[in-house]
Amino acid sequence: MSSLRRYADSGTVSDTLLSVDGLTTVFDVAPRPVVAVNDVSFEIRKGETLGLVGESGSGKSVTAFSIIGLLQSPGRIAGGRVLFQGRDLTQLPEPEMRKVRGAGIGFVFQEPMAALNPVMRVGAHIAEALIVHGLASRAEARERAIDLLRAVKITDPGKRVDDYPHQLSGGMRQRVMMAVALACKPQLLIADEPTTALDVTVQAQVLDLLRDMKAQFELSLLLITHDLGVIAETADRVAVMYAGRIVEQGTVRQVFREPAHPYTRGLLASIPGDTAGSRLRAIDGTVPNMASLPAGCSFAPRCAHRMAVCETSFPSQTVVAHDHSVRCYLNGGQP
Amino acid sequence: MMRLGLIIVVTIVAAALLAPWLLPWDPSFQDLPNRLQGPTWAHWFGLDELGRDILARVLLGARVSLLVGTIVVGVSSVAGMVIGAVSGYYGGRIDQVIGRVMDVLMAFPGMLLAIALVAVLGPSLTNVVLALALIGWVGYARLVRGQVLRAREFEYVVAARALGASTARLLIRHVMPTALPPVMVQATLGMAGAMLSEAALSFLGLGVQPPTPSWGTMINGGRVHLLDAPHLTIFPGLCLAVVVLGFNFLGDGLRDAVDPKK
Repeated sequence: MSSLRRYADSGTVSDTLLSVDGLTTVFDVAPRPVVAVNDVSFEIRKGETLGLVGESGSGKSVTAFSIIGLLQSPGRIAGGRVLFQGRDLTQLPEPEMRKVRGAGIGFVFQEPMAALNPVMRVGAHIAEALIVHGLASRAEARERAIDLLRAVKITDPGKRVDDYPHQLSGGMRQRVMMAVALACKPQLLIADEPTTALDVTVQAQVLDLLRDMKAQFELSLLLITHDLGVIAETADRVAVMYAGRIVEQGTVRQVFREPAHPYTRGLLASIPGDTAGSRLRAIDGTVPNMASLPAGCSFAPRCAHRMAVCETSFPSQTVVAHDHSVRCYLNGGQP
Repeated sequence: MMRLGLIIVVTIVAAALLAPWLLPWDPSFQDLPNRLQGPTWAHWFGLDELGRDILARVLLGARVSLLVGTIVVGVSSVAGMVIGAVSGYYGGRIDQVIGRVMDVLMAFPGMLLAIALVAVLGPSLTNVVLALALIGWVGYARLVRGQVLRAREFEYVVAARALGASTARLLIRHVMPTALPPVMVQATLGMAGAMLSEAALSFLGLGVQPPTPSWGTMINGGRVHLLDAPHLTIFPGLCLAVVVLGFNFLGDGLRDAVDPKK
């Protein structure tokens, strides 16, 4: 709730495309349920890129899957709301939700090879998106597919449209994934680690393309990554996730210049510096087991500034600057 | 081996399809004075206990056998695929219920169940097909369920869902194609099984009723003459054995052909 109020002064409500409020996702597994996403709130405005950053297992992907209702049993949304264009997606019946997927919210996966059906041609993937949403007949779909392949800068699209995924390079596959995701002109694109599986040189090209597409298709973007460099280059705002919670969020500039949470500071400090030969800094300790989180702040066991109160309860959210909030006792958080 | 299987199967299927034109003799004409006559140039497989040409009756029997096999495999594989796909994709309670029903059917020896069913429903070709299909779908359903369980986790299936594809579309376009190769293998081996079962039921008098020729009834008819006129049993028996072998070769070959490890 506080996040809604917080942003109310920085823009009109109608600017908000997606508003996630108190989202909590639970996996009902033995011996006790695991809370993978805990009271997560954030907003994405029209035309904005929000970077969701965190280590593996911090709940980034589960958050994304919860938003578009793709959680598989035993996962379920236990609380909160996901408002997209004024509708709560968590309450939407499945047939309505299907219309949102693809047409309202596009999704780009981490592994383009795995996310493309190996026995379907490139064109068929794009055509499927169009046909599912009734946007093109089978005959028109091929032309549209070629146009989209051209839009994502695939050379010789007329020929590539008949290729199978295995005939493409990793970067080309990710471009195809993007063409598929953008086929139905969604307002929001969720990109789950879109560059992680790619070569470094190709990563830059894909990020460039992502920025281009954002402008061309007037997209908002939820960019999930564990790479702060990608965030710095691509995102307007950033939310840092740790053990299922957002511990800090704000504008990229603000968070990178004045990180308020010890975890964010640790992450930023562990980016390799320019000086060759200097030791790589790492955050001490390891990510907690989601099945047995500490009672208080989940980062407390690894935190250099740990206090007694950190081990008893999780701090509330405090605003440290305009559009910059954090959940830490060091910054005035309350139990 | 697969090639041999293919040759046998194609030959038998062709012979069965063309039987009306290939028949050397009228299969119901009774040459009573020469009954039980052994193979001659005129009657390659000899004459049966009523003096009918065995070759002609074996050819007609092949039609019955193949018809039963095809229908049983067709019905049980389609039913099995649908049930298995639903069970594997949805999981949860539906899967539990279907799983228990399959356990019950698997607990019975298939043949015993088929005999019981035909005994209750009355002996006829239709009831034989019904009984065999009723026990046959379980194998396909279990196979497909396993494949679907595996395939629904594939990222491209999740990706198609993220595009807004309906469940039916996911199953037909993305999930089932990966399940099809093992089903084809199972269906080929299933042909052999169904033909053997039909012969067994007909042998017991529960299947095809005389005078319609069937390999099972012909073997049964020759039983009493096993010592004085063994050709009555040998020829239909041999045909059955060769066809079953052919389908098994073909099935084994297909299994190797679709095995990605080979």
